Amino acid sequence: MSTVPPSLELIGVVGVTPYLVVSAILFTLGVFGIFVNRKNVITILMSIELMLLAVSINFVAFSVQLGNLQGQVFSLFVLTVAAAEAAIGLAILLSYYRIRATIAVEDVSSLKG
Amino acid sequence: MKSSDLLLLMPEIILAVGAMVALMVGVFTKGVLSARLTLTVSLAVMVLALVALWSSGQNQLVLDPFNGLLRLDGFGLYVKSLCLIGGAMALLMGWQWLERESLGRFEIPVLVVIAILGMWLMADAHNLLSLYVGLELQSLCLFVLAAINRDHRESSEAGLKYFLLGALSSGLLLYGASLIYGATGSLGFTEIAAAVKGMGAASLSLGLLMGMVLVISGLAFKISAVPFHMWTPDVYQGSPTPVTGFFAVAPKVAAMAPLVRLLVGPFAEMQESWQQIIILMAVASMVLGAFAAITQNSIKRLLAYSSIANMGYGLIGLAVGTVDGIAGLLLYLSIYAVMTVGAFGVILLLRRGGTSLDRLSDLAGLSKHHPKTAFALAVFMFSMAGIPPLAGFFGKYFIFLSAIDAGFYVLAVVGVLSSVVAAYYYLRIVKIIYFDEARSSFEAPGRIQSWVVGVAVVLIVGYFLLPNGLINQTRAAAAPLFKTEAE
Repeated sequence: MSTVPPSLELIGVVGVTPYLVVSAILFTLGVFGIFVNRKNVITILMSIELMLLAVSINFVAFSVQLGNLQGQVFSLFVLTVAAAEAAIGLAILLSYYRIRATIAVEDVSSLKG
Repeated sequence: MKSSDLLLLMPEIILAVGAMVALMVGVFTKGVLSARLTLTVSLAVMVLALVALWSSGQNQLVLDPFNGLLRLDGFGLYVKSLCLIGGAMALLMGWQWLERESLGRFEIPVLVVIAILGMWLMADAHNLLSLYVGLELQSLCLFVLAAINRDHRESSEAGLKYFLLGALSSGLLLYGASLIYGATGSLGFTEIAAAVKGMGAASLSLGLLMGMVLVISGLAFKISAVPFHMWTPDVYQGSPTPVTGFFAVAPKVAAMAPLVRLLVGPFAEMQESWQQIIILMAVASMVLGAFAAITQNSIKRLLAYSSIANMGYGLIGLAVGTVDGIAGLLLYLSIYAVMTVGAFGVILLLRRGGTSLDRLSDLAGLSKHHPKTAFALAVFMFSMAGIPPLAGFFGKYFIFLSAIDAGFYVLAVVGVLSSVVAAYYYLRIVKIIYFDEARSSFEAPGRIQSWVVGVAVVLIVGYFLLPNGLINQTRAAAAPLFKTEAE
């Protein structure tokens, strides 16, 4: 029993469901943060991060449950890509701010039809 | 992984290394010619990669290099060729426009090459991980391309909107991937297929179904199928026109590939479940694309709705899910790509007094000042409306035929009816070109643009002379998807 890492012990006791519930709540919060939020684009970027982290929790929990490393490798890839995505998102936001001098979500509406 | 796997991946390696070389050329050369040199290097890299792809014999074999991360087969070869040729044409003919708008930056060709590399990985992906990485490589380049006109309100807004919704869609795709992983215990398509088969269609887990739905939604964002289309008109209108032309061709084709691979591969056993979703998306896309375009005044917005409708027609082929259906889808995508490249080639020509035009009414008088260009645009519009004997008619015909053969009468009827509605706005453009009162003349068209548009016209008009060549190609491309499933 001593060779089993503590995380595996815990997931053995409580099962994978609590992890999935937490990640589902985080993911839903992220999606709602994107659609309900009317104030600030930065909040949307944070919501996107929240979604990606929820996915990572899912992958790691499943990986431990299945005893298979693919999920943890995937979560590392998700972290890396999330960093690149945040960099590009902030760069676009910055160039947007330079022209408009605002990042309020309501003002992102000059394209309509 | 074997070292010989790297040889199989030679076309992709050429693109990746070539993009880096082009970037170095752009960074370390100075002056006016720097961007043109980068463009030349990028185009040369694309030609080289295409030659390597065609000489690889990929269409003869089905290989799973890198422990099954990728699948190299005829389907991938076809999609990759289409993406590359479409993308290269959009870049080539758009360059003069970009230079005139003083947007001729060396980053653009480099980003296009890297985006195409991402699309190739998507077309090859045989594992959820490689699918995700390819998709992100493509998307991140496209976000930057949409916002490339930094000093322009619309362009940066388009980039921002595209980024936010694109990131949301990859979040959905990832969450779906994690649920599929949890339900089947694997990320590889082959293993997922085996697990799904083991479960049997009757006892599918809820997690697997949810995962499949979320992955379909994530990919539907990229092909802009209704109800995931809302970004398309804004991004099309706001981006610089050559970039819009690129968006309308290459990413659409590329995102269709993993959707097809997933649905007729690992999820073939669950056809009853996904068929309903795809049918719903196809019908909604066709109807919305047809009706929403009627009220548009901007040419680029109109083409955005037209591309939504066209993806709806393509999805009919996927919903049918037979070899005929997928072959029809590939044929439709090929013809759509030629028509779209041609139409954008004409729109690029519409400049007056140093600014580019985007209103439908600006087209008035095109026939008087540029009869050849007007004729070309009329051909593309008639073809998109599906008037025989132009190529667009055959694209629709084979899609509807495959739907009727498989008993999807409602889909075929809705498709025909919505293309009647769509014919209204395509023909309205023809009316504006030929019958509305002429205004002052346009700027002289560039040589490369005229060539690309000319070739597109010849392909569209001449297609009915030799229809079987392309049909056989698409059938051969669709066949390997079903062969491996039977094994």
